[in-house]
Amino acid sequence: MKPAFLALAWRRHSGLRGRDSSRPGFAPARVPALQTERLRHRYFERLSNAAVFVGLFSATLAAATPPIVIQNATILTVTKGTLNGSVLIRDGKIAEVGEKVAVPAGAKVIDASGQFLMPGIIDCHSHIAADSINEGSVSVSSMVGIEDVLNPDDISIYRALAGGVTTANILHGSANSIGGKCTVIKLRWGKDAHDMIFQGALPGIKFALGENPKRAGNPTGQRIGAGNVPGRYPATRMGVEDVIREAFNEAKAYQQSWKDYDQKAARGEPAVPPRRDLKLEPLVEVLEGKRLVHAHCYRADEILMLLRVADYYGFKIRTLQHVLEGYKVAKEIAAHGAGASTFSDWWAYKMEAFDAIPYNAALMTRKGVLVSLNSDSDELMRHLNDEAAKTMKYGGLSETEAISLVTINPAKQLMIDNRVGSIEVGKDADLTIFDKHPLSNYAKVEKVFIDGQLYFDRASDLAERSGRETEKKKLMDKEKEEQKKNAPAGRGRPVA
Amino acid sequence: MKRLPILLSLMAGAIFAAPPGAVAIRNARVIPVSGPAIQKGTVVLRNGLIEAVGADVTVPADAWVIEGDGLTVYPGLIDALSTFGIPEAAPPASGGGARGATPQPAATPAQPANQSANPPARGPEDRPFTTSWLKAADLVKPSDRRLESVRAEGYTTAVTFPNRGIFAGQGAIVDLAGETTGEMVVAEGAGQYVTFTTTPGFGGGFPNSLMGVLAYVRQVYLDADHYKQAKQFYAGHSRGTPRPEFDRALEGVLESSRVLLPATRRIDVDRLLRFTNELHIEALLYGVPEGYRSADLLKNAAATALVSLKWPEKAKDSDPDEPDNIRVLEVRDHAASTPAVLARSGVRFALYSGGIDHRADLFKAVKRAIDAGLAPEDALRAMTLTPAEIYGVADRLGTIEKGKIANLVVTKGDLFMDKTEVKYVFVDGVKFEPVEEPPPARPGAPEASNPGENR
Repeated sequence: MKPAFLALAWRRHSGLRGRDSSRPGFAPARVPALQTERLRHRYFERLSNAAVFVGLFSATLAAATPPIVIQNATILTVTKGTLNGSVLIRDGKIAEVGEKVAVPAGAKVIDASGQFLMPGIIDCHSHIAADSINEGSVSVSSMVGIEDVLNPDDISIYRALAGGVTTANILHGSANSIGGKCTVIKLRWGKDAHDMIFQGALPGIKFALGENPKRAGNPTGQRIGAGNVPGRYPATRMGVEDVIREAFNEAKAYQQSWKDYDQKAARGEPAVPPRRDLKLEPLVEVLEGKRLVHAHCYRADEILMLLRVADYYGFKIRTLQHVLEGYKVAKEIAAHGAGASTFSDWWAYKMEAFDAIPYNAALMTRKGVLVSLNSDSDELMRHLNDEAAKTMKYGGLSETEAISLVTINPAKQLMIDNRVGSIEVGKDADLTIFDKHPLSNYAKVEKVFIDGQLYFDRASDLAERSGRETEKKKLMDKEKEEQKKNAPAGRGRPVA
Repeated sequence: MKRLPILLSLMAGAIFAAPPGAVAIRNARVIPVSGPAIQKGTVVLRNGLIEAVGADVTVPADAWVIEGDGLTVYPGLIDALSTFGIPEAAPPASGGGARGATPQPAATPAQPANQSANPPARGPEDRPFTTSWLKAADLVKPSDRRLESVRAEGYTTAVTFPNRGIFAGQGAIVDLAGETTGEMVVAEGAGQYVTFTTTPGFGGGFPNSLMGVLAYVRQVYLDADHYKQAKQFYAGHSRGTPRPEFDRALEGVLESSRVLLPATRRIDVDRLLRFTNELHIEALLYGVPEGYRSADLLKNAAATALVSLKWPEKAKDSDPDEPDNIRVLEVRDHAASTPAVLARSGVRFALYSGGIDHRADLFKAVKRAIDAGLAPEDALRAMTLTPAEIYGVADRLGTIEKGKIANLVVTKGDLFMDKTEVKYVFVDGVKFEPVEEPPPARPGAPEASNPGENR
């Protein structure tokens, strides 16, 4: 890991980003302002270099969608073994997989000789494509939601596509014991926000334990700060547990108030319905199993605490996120039925993230935990296949087990495995073609399909770069001209 | 002593304003907007209203006559979104600002007055950044120093709003001259002005993110709905029912028939149209520099846009060695084509000054839109009749027609041309001869030239 990367780690990792750095790792905490500004500029510079070909593909492909046959590929189905053969895509779905697949009339044929076809990568923890990540002002921010602020113009979407990712769980940050609502998206670059949402995926909510929720709003601990701003409760791990318990006590009372009202209404008694509370509604959904809990955590003790609290209130933790000490309590995690979404080998960016080992994913897998690897970073997101490969060295997972960590396992964690995560007939045609085996770190993404539509094509991207440069130069020159012509008259200047 | 300058200027105004009788502008080219141009026509004003307009109008015997040869008469311009008339108010957000399309969802405003003394808000229930009960109709003052320079731009009317906070307050349609607050107000109830104000950092209270603001606005509308129900129920079951607590924040929201929301990018347009559709509220989107690439969304939603004439510009202090990305460049290049694209797409829109308070700058900004394909008559319409229609005052403002309020701009040359001179402005029939040079900024006055400040 490069030192610069490390410096970014805490901010990136925690999801505790300032307003200026809603994109991960791009306005790190300790970089001086000027340098930050430069980074920002460079970021936008890179943005112009990467394709800005808004919806060109989608526009042309949406007009008519003939079937597509991808031929002669090594197909890593993940759930049904590996074979050499073809995949037929029809109406956005995988229609046929086999060594020999007949080419229907009018089908577009893609020759993938020597290349590798795998299911689109799924990232169970991402903060791209949103205009804000943290509502850090309150300890329970469940009234806010990522869906309200999805930003389809975020270039990180395109770059993640270039890393073979097709689906991502966009999470609220970790500044709150109970954070905001989360949304699963498909990376349909060029589409509007609403069209990126993974329809049919259950909505989620972010919880967070440990240092982030107890430090957020407490720059000086629990003391009164310089501006006489009282520290935000909680300031300890005990407090985090208390905040979660109190919130669910409130949620149960709220749930009951609606039940009482419904009964009254059923009896025909006049009554005003309870006030709708946007903070408590998502928690009631959690209690009713209609919303998945994704909980940011590190230490074994806090993990056990959360599982106990969930058992007490009768809901499930769907995934433990980061969960770097998960290997210590894997049996308990498996018993609760929680999934674990962790890093391959990223840790030590703060005290609570020290007791970590690269064997975490493999050890939890062996104890029967459903494990995935996630990015939590727009950069890491572009090579999750590499991250998966590391588990073969550390813990001896098989090829298929390793690839499962970024495909079918996160799909199961997000309860969308009936749609994505493997190459099977009937599933969505979310596919990635690599030029080499995806578990090799020499592998590059050639093409990415979502719902059978081509959203990334390496060759086209390279071919279009010079055209974009020319276009950019033209706009810059024109602006210079206009500026000369349109200098504002302003105040106090003589008027012709 | 402090009052002396005001008194003097009132007296100076009175010299022009003198005749209680009638004014006739004769033999001028008249652009009524409601119909075809009259090449040689006469407009008669009396008692603050338009008494007659046409080619064959007889000049009344008691009228003060203005020879209109070489002059053109237009309806007074209406600034569709402003703070004019409210002293000390910063200009409204232009939506674009100097940073072009750079996403600035959580731009931090100056701390609104109502927040500074209070402890940080702990959630929507504390009603952060909310003064929804404030009314521009109560706040406008003829003494606002900006009125003179604004009239010099050809504006006779402004739809003006308190503009600090998330629910900033209720707008009014005001004429930009008068002796008293009451005289200025044409109509109140122009709508509720909303900005996406956030607190800085995590310690400053709720909300500190764009999604927090949106959640807050949503909760307030749900609360308003519930409040209404509770009050209705109480009216029918007063005995035996605890009374609902009076909530002036919700009263202010319920009083507002429409809401004005800031929409900078296409995603903002998309997001806010869905949002207002979900909440069943009538909205006007303001700013809209990316309207040129959002026309389909606006059209499908039958939405109305208020387009800021303050086109996004390259930041003055930007590093020449670090050019902006292609999207930002594109927005700056294309923004001025927004009115033309909206007109072609059949989207209703009005233009607003975005705080531009100098005639030459305003005309240049309109000219850019015209150069980008907007028909000059559409530009004029978007600054006269359309805003009057949007705010429901087209029966009295926006065109030169008999019986309407006598608000006119008289120019030498076509409006919005570089060299065109604004000769006279009539507000409620009172004549003003604009002075191009605006009064010098008051020392110590807040620098109110930062559009987007209150986003």
